[in-house]
Amino acid sequence: MANAIPTPMGGFFTNWRQNIIYIGFVLIFVIFALTLSQKGFLNPTNLLNIIRQTAMIAVMAVAMTFVLASGEIDLSIGAVAGLATVTVAMAIAVAGPVAGVLAGIATGIAVGCFNGFLTTKVGIPSFLTTLAMMGIAKGVAMWISSTAAVPILSPNYSWLFGGGSIGPIPVLLFWMLVIGAIGHFVLRRTGFGRRVLATGGGETAARYSGIDTATIKFKVLVLSSTAAAIAGMLYAGRLQSGRFQLGEGDELSVIAAAVLGGTSLFGGKGTVVGTIVGALMIGLINNGLILMGLEFSQQLIARGAIIILAVALSQKKA
Amino acid sequence: MTSAVVMKGISKAFGGVKALDNVDFEVFPGEVHALLGGNGAGKSTILKVLNGVHKPDTGTIIVAGTPLTTHTPEASRAAGIAMNFQEMSLIPTLTVAQNIFLTREARTPRGFLDDPTCETKAAEIFAMLEVKVDPKAIVGTLGAGQKQLTEIAKAISQTSRVLILDEPSTALAVSDVERLFTFLRKLKAQGVAVIYVSHRMDEIARIADRATILRDGKHVITAPMADLPIDVMIEHIVGKRSKGLADVQRGDAARGEVLLEARNLSGAHKPHNVSFTLHRGEVLGLAGLLGSGRSALARVIAGVEPAVSGEIRIKGQPVAIRKPSDAISAGVALVPEARATQGIIPAHSVTSNMVLAVLNRISDKGMVDRQKAKTLTDDMIKRLSIKTASRDHAVSTLSGGNQQKVVIGKWLATDPDILVLDEPTAGIDIGSKSEIIRLVRDLAAQGKGIVMISSELSELLTACDRILVMADGRAHQMIDRATLDDLTEPDAGHRLQGAERQLQIEIQKALAFEPTQEVSHG
Repeated sequence: MANAIPTPMGGFFTNWRQNIIYIGFVLIFVIFALTLSQKGFLNPTNLLNIIRQTAMIAVMAVAMTFVLASGEIDLSIGAVAGLATVTVAMAIAVAGPVAGVLAGIATGIAVGCFNGFLTTKVGIPSFLTTLAMMGIAKGVAMWISSTAAVPILSPNYSWLFGGGSIGPIPVLLFWMLVIGAIGHFVLRRTGFGRRVLATGGGETAARYSGIDTATIKFKVLVLSSTAAAIAGMLYAGRLQSGRFQLGEGDELSVIAAAVLGGTSLFGGKGTVVGTIVGALMIGLINNGLILMGLEFSQQLIARGAIIILAVALSQKKA
Repeated sequence: MTSAVVMKGISKAFGGVKALDNVDFEVFPGEVHALLGGNGAGKSTILKVLNGVHKPDTGTIIVAGTPLTTHTPEASRAAGIAMNFQEMSLIPTLTVAQNIFLTREARTPRGFLDDPTCETKAAEIFAMLEVKVDPKAIVGTLGAGQKQLTEIAKAISQTSRVLILDEPSTALAVSDVERLFTFLRKLKAQGVAVIYVSHRMDEIARIADRATILRDGKHVITAPMADLPIDVMIEHIVGKRSKGLADVQRGDAARGEVLLEARNLSGAHKPHNVSFTLHRGEVLGLAGLLGSGRSALARVIAGVEPAVSGEIRIKGQPVAIRKPSDAISAGVALVPEARATQGIIPAHSVTSNMVLAVLNRISDKGMVDRQKAKTLTDDMIKRLSIKTASRDHAVSTLSGGNQQKVVIGKWLATDPDILVLDEPTAGIDIGSKSEIIRLVRDLAAQGKGIVMISSELSELLTACDRILVMADGRAHQMIDRATLDDLTEPDAGHRLQGAERQLQIEIQKALAFEPTQEVSHG
């Protein structure tokens, strides 16, 4: 029966557009491995460095997958991460690492509630809400830190949040894998994940089916800010300080990672696994371009071109 | 016996327009209750009140003896009411099984979603209906019929006391409808109350036990089917609604040359092999139910969905219409059905909207000549007697009827020979409706050829010289409007009413034709 009906999981290569991210990732990896092995691309230290540089983007991108899948967007994440580095560092200085962690999480939840309230209750599109929040979060971070770096003098905190490693494996890899796994599971296998996908896939239909779409959007925006705060805590731990500049501009890499991974900007579609691979691919490209000895200006151009190519290839032909 | 549903004195108004006026509606357990009425009679509204999408302004709802106090989809579902939404409740990006069990997913012992079980249960429902739908298919990739089956499966997968099926059969094959009926009879035997909405009288006569007929938001009659032969049903549905339209002078069409000729025209899905001619000075109506292919035919002619086979000739010359601009340069203008999204830019001024299709003509070196734009707009406002505070007011400030005139004006500005109007009176108050119809007659008299689609038969009958009856994408019959009039009837209103009944009967006849057509086509 149903011989002509395409199934979502159909053959890997017959649905190559859907899986372009995985094919592209392998392809770019192989090309770099062949051309840059002299420059140490395959060196384990270099590969682990890619992980270190990608982890924060990946953590935020996992939450961004939910945001985009619900049909919303969050542009404030980079600034929220920066704000969180400052609140964490200041709280640690005053009351120790535990207070620091709580302060970081509280920062994320507070910003998320604000974004969610404005978007779902006041009715300002999330694009505008979070665009404005981007400036507010950055301003607050600059203000409370007097634009100076706040040092973190707790080695335990720094080890756990991004600085440490177990043997050769950086702790950041565990953060990325754990948050990725939880995100994947929640999106695929829980009622909440299904409601997120339904909300973005067809809001009216979702409402008619008895889904409270406003609450779903609210939760998703809180999730996103909280993930951004966690990413900020990782930045702070890795660099042993809080500075408002950390995370600046990350929202673009994060959205690119999710879209590269097959998440639709129009909502309803998204996979966390794809997003993580998308984030790794961006890290891979950055690393390879640096090893190639390109100037920063050339890196920007090459990175933009590769992302456009990948996204263009993954689009369905009309 | 406790009634499954008792609705008493339900009224509901939308922005001053009364959609429901003090309506009573009662359904017993174990019956199939047909809900009938023309367009705008209030069927959809009363169903949406019952399932919690709309909150009634006044009135009470009692479900199985318990009053319904809150009016939300969740509350209605908790009370045991399930409904299909004519594709409105499907998420295109999820699979069939995920859609059917949305918010009621099967869970693993640990509380996580269990898609395989949902897929098995969905497959069981489809097996019971004896239809083939892949539970794993993404809904967005399915055709209309499969989507409709998914909607139906979603409604019946809920253990419910009251099952509402709103036009479940529009996109279904005849054999699928038969299986649906077998299933409904089983539900009846279990004591479920089924509310069945359809425009197809033959179906109603076969499945329903009782029927309630609404007209203009008011309750007309509730009776057992035995007391409602098809002609009586039609009489109650039509009523004396045609008043106001009856005084539009149709006059005699001065038929000129052939402007448009369609030869064996077929679209990708619909229409099938349709041929007709349209003369200068003539209004040709397309009649049929939802899904009959009227709008599809209009889109083919206007190049929105190009024909896959057949030929379009304009003034005797074959023309290739592959995209809308081809149609426009061939002198065909389509006034689409969805006025707000396809016809106007609501926030822009009357002038901006009016000149949108002719920007090139009134521009000089890329600059729009504002004087020409003003002149053109003022001419159209006068010609179509558009009521607007000024040409600079946003179109959104105009009434529905005047907005429609702006759309028509916008296309008239391109000076087309052929005007295709898809539901030009949808969502317009009665007074403006006859004004639009009069405008259509005037345009024909000025030498345009007009193709008009309307679900309101009285309007078609008032506006058109000939009517093409369509069903399932095929043209069934070309009726000369004049032959539908009973000339012995002196009263114009009664005469129009009689003609409407005649046309209804022809449309229903065309439906009954389908099975044999299927075979010859297959």
